[in-house]
Amino acid sequence: MSASTEEYLEALYSLTQGGKVATTSELSKRLQISPASVTEMLRKLADQDYINYSPYQGVTLTPKGYAIAEKMTRKHRLLERFLHDVLKIGNERVHGEACAMEHALSDETERALCQTLKSPGKCPDDEQIIPACNLEFKSCAECQKCSEEDIEKIGRRKHNVVSMAALKEKQEGTIAFIRGDNRVLRRLLDMGLTPGTRIRVNRIAPLKGPVEISVRGSKLALGDEIVCNVFVERETEEMISGGSS
Amino acid sequence: MVRLGACHAESNSVLTRKGHDRGLIIALAGNANVGKSVLFNRLTGSSQTIGNWPGKTVERAVGFLRRKDCEVTLVDLPGIYSLSAFSEEEMVTREFIAREKPDVIINVVGAPVLERNLFFTLQLLELGLPMVVCLNQMDIAERQGLKIDIERLEKILGVPVIPAVAARGKGVKDLVEIAVKTGKHRQKPAHNAARFEDEIEETVQKLAGMIEEEKIQTGYPSRWLAVKLLEDDLKIKELVSRHSARVIEVCTELAKKLEKKYRQPAFVTIASARYAIVTRIVRDVLVQADTSPSLSDRIDRFTTHRVSGYFISILVVGFLLVWTFTIGNFLSGLLSNAFSFFHPVDPRVQGPLLGVVWNGIFGGLVAGVTLVIPFVIPFYLVLALLEDSGILTRVAFMLDSAMHHMGLHGKAIIPIILGYGCNVPAIHTTRIMCSRKERILTAFAITFAPCAARTIIIMGMVAVFVGIQWALALYVMDILIMFLAVKVAGKSMQGDTAGLIMEIHSFKVPSVSVALKQTWARTKSLVMMVFPIYMIGTAVVQGAYTAGLLNPVNQALSLLTTGWLGLPTVAGILLIFGFARKELILLALVALFGADFSAVLSPAQIIVLALVGTIYPCMATVGTLTREFGWKSAWAIIGANLVIALLVGGILARLLLVVL
Repeated sequence: MSASTEEYLEALYSLTQGGKVATTSELSKRLQISPASVTEMLRKLADQDYINYSPYQGVTLTPKGYAIAEKMTRKHRLLERFLHDVLKIGNERVHGEACAMEHALSDETERALCQTLKSPGKCPDDEQIIPACNLEFKSCAECQKCSEEDIEKIGRRKHNVVSMAALKEKQEGTIAFIRGDNRVLRRLLDMGLTPGTRIRVNRIAPLKGPVEISVRGSKLALGDEIVCNVFVERETEEMISGGSS
Repeated sequence: MVRLGACHAESNSVLTRKGHDRGLIIALAGNANVGKSVLFNRLTGSSQTIGNWPGKTVERAVGFLRRKDCEVTLVDLPGIYSLSAFSEEEMVTREFIAREKPDVIINVVGAPVLERNLFFTLQLLELGLPMVVCLNQMDIAERQGLKIDIERLEKILGVPVIPAVAARGKGVKDLVEIAVKTGKHRQKPAHNAARFEDEIEETVQKLAGMIEEEKIQTGYPSRWLAVKLLEDDLKIKELVSRHSARVIEVCTELAKKLEKKYRQPAFVTIASARYAIVTRIVRDVLVQADTSPSLSDRIDRFTTHRVSGYFISILVVGFLLVWTFTIGNFLSGLLSNAFSFFHPVDPRVQGPLLGVVWNGIFGGLVAGVTLVIPFVIPFYLVLALLEDSGILTRVAFMLDSAMHHMGLHGKAIIPIILGYGCNVPAIHTTRIMCSRKERILTAFAITFAPCAARTIIIMGMVAVFVGIQWALALYVMDILIMFLAVKVAGKSMQGDTAGLIMEIHSFKVPSVSVALKQTWARTKSLVMMVFPIYMIGTAVVQGAYTAGLLNPVNQALSLLTTGWLGLPTVAGILLIFGFARKELILLALVALFGADFSAVLSPAQIIVLALVGTIYPCMATVGTLTREFGWKSAWAIIGANLVIALLVGGILARLLLVVL
C-alpha cells in the first residue's frame, strides 16, 4: 500500500470522527492537494473498497478502510509519544516527524513501542486518543506476558473496536479490550466491566467530563482518562465508519 | 465511650479482651451505597463508637445490641466491591473476617443493583462462613419495576435471604432474628454457590487440595486461598510463600495453563467466570417489568443536564457554604454569649503560671465549643443528608472536568467544601479519594480553604478596618493560591491519580434519623481530636508568652515579619498564637492594642497579616495531617504552606504599597 493511500485514510479517520461525513474540500485543505487530484484519488480508494464515496455526498470509511486508517493513526500518535517522551523533541515538531516515520513502522515495532511506552492513552500535542492495537489481546498485561514476536501468530482482532469515548449518548457496545495497568483493569473488572459485557452510554458530561454508563444494572461514572482506555465493539461495522453511504 | 483505635493493635483481637465472653459478633459487609450504614444505625442506635482500624486510616464503626438471650457486637465493615488487596478498605475487611471469624456475616445487598452486588456476595460465600443476605432497598427496586424471586435466590445461594427497607425499618427485625439464629448455630452456607465452570473449578480444587496437604494455617479457607493465588493477589502470595514455596510453584504453573487456554490473565478469567455465575443467577431470579422513567430518572436528567446540571451543582455547593456560615455564625454567637461569663479574650494574662495554664485550657475549650462545634454540626448534618440523597455524586460528576484543571477529580469537591467549615474533619473526609496521591493533594487544597476561624480573622480585621471589598478579594486570592499550589504540587508528585470510577446510585429521600446519628458520631470523634490540641496548645503558648519565652522567638522572626512582610515586630508573637488557634491572632491584637488597631496597623499591614495568617495551618490541622498521612507528607504540606504564605505575603506587601 502506498504512503499516499495511507495518508488519505489517516486524514479521513480524523475528519470522520464522531460519525461525521468528510468532504472533498476538507480533504484537499488538510492534505494540501488540489481538489481535482483528491477527487481522482477518492475514486481509486472507493474502487478498492476502502471508502464509501459518491460525489456531493461526501466520504466515509468502510470497515476495511477504517482498520487501516486506525492503524496508521495509532502508529502516528505512538511515534509522537515516543519522540516527545523519550527523545524530548518539542511539541511543535513531533507531528511532522511522526508523519514521515509512520509509513515505515512495522507492526512488530509498533507493539514494542507501545510496550516500552507503557501503553499510552493519548498523544502529546493535541491530546487525541491513541487507538487500541488490533492484536488479539484483551488486556495489556497479556501482551506484555506473551513472548511471541510474530504478529501473525498472535492473531488479529476480527472486528474493529473504538474507544468508549467515541460512543455517543444512548449508544451501546460490548467491552473488548481495556488498556493500561492491572490496577485500573482490576477495579473495572470488579465493577462488572469484564470483556464481553454490554454497556450503554447514558450521558456525557460537557467539557471532556466523565461518561455515565449502564453496566449490569448499575450506573457508573468514568473519568475521561479511564474512558479513553476502554475499547468496545459496536453493534455493526457500519456504525464504526461513521454511518453508511 | 471507648474509642477502638490504634491502641488495640498489640492484641490480636480488636474486639475482645482475653477471658471475656465475647457474645455474638455480627459483621455487616457489602458494596458502598447499599444502605449498610443505615442498617447499622437502625440496629445499634446510639451505642456505637467510630474510630479507626488499627494502623489504618479506614473508619470503623462498632455497635452493640442488647438482647435477652445474648450480647451482640455489630461491626460495620467498609463498603467495597471486591475482596482483593487494592485498597486499605478491602484489606481491612478480609483480614477482619479471617482473623476475627465473625459468628455471622450480614451481606447487605442493594436490590436495585443486584447483579453487581452479587459479585461481592459470591466472594463472601467463598470464605465459607455463616452468612445471611439482607436484600435492602426493596422499595427502590420495586419502583424500578424489578421483581426478585427471593425463595429461589435463597435456594441458589444456600443462605437465608431477607428482603428489607432499612431506611424505614422494614424487615430489620426478621433480619436480626435470623442472623442471630444462624450465628448461634454457626450454620454455614448449604452449598458452595460460587462454583466456577468445570475447567476453572478443577484448577481451583487442585490448588486448594494441595494447600490442604501442606497444612497451611492462615485463617483463610483453602479454596479461597487457591482462588486468590490464581488471581495473582500479591499479599496472599507472600503469606502462602512463607509456609510453602511448592504451592506457589504449582500455582504459577496452573495459572499459566489457564492463561494459555483463555488467552487472558488468570485474574480476568476468574472475574469473568464469577460474573458468569452472577449473570446466570440474575437471569433465574430477576424479572424486569417495563416502567415509565421514574422520578429518580427525571431528577437525574435534570441534575446532570449540561446547563441545569452546572446550575444545580453550584447551587448545592453554595447552599452548603451559606448554610454552614449562617447557622454556624448564629450558633457561634449564642454559645459565645453563654460563655461570656468567662473572658478568654485576653491571651496576655498575668499572674501565677497555674492560672495562665488554666486560662489557656479553658480558653481552648471555649474556642472549640464556640468555633468548631457550631460550624461542624450543621455542616455534617446537611452533608450526611445530601450524601444519602445521591445529589453529591451528581455534583462530582458535573464538576469533574473543572477539578481536573487542578489535577484532582470530581469527588475531591466534597472534602474541599467541608474545609471551609473546619480543616480537620475535611482532611479526614479525604478518605473517599481512591489513591494516596489524590488524598494528599486534596488535603493540601483543604489547608488553603479559609475555615470558620480564619474567616473570623478576615472579617474581623480586613472587612472592619479596610473594607469588605478587600475581604472578598482575599477570599478570591485564596482560591487562586489553592488552585495554583495544588496544580504545581500534583505535577511534581510521584504516584498516579487513578481517575474517576464512581457509582451513581438512584436518588432517594434521605433519612433524617440516620443523618443525625451519623452527625453525632462524627462530631464526637472530631471533638476527641481537636479539643485536646486546642486546650493544650493554647495553654502552652500562653504559658510561654507569660514566661517571656516568646520574645526571643519574636526577635528571631523579625527578619521575616518586619523585614520581608513589613509588619510590626509583634507579628511574630501573633503568628505563633495563630498556630495554636487561628482566631487568637485577632484576640491577641485586641488585647495588645485595644479594639481599634487601625491606629497601630496600616491597611496594608492588616491585609498582609490576615493573608499570611490564613494560609499557614493551625496545630489541629497539623495533627490531623500527621495522623492521616504520616509526618513526612504532613510536614511537606506544612512546609509548602509556610513558603507560600511568606512568598505571597511579601509580594502582596510590596504591591499594596503601590496600590493603597
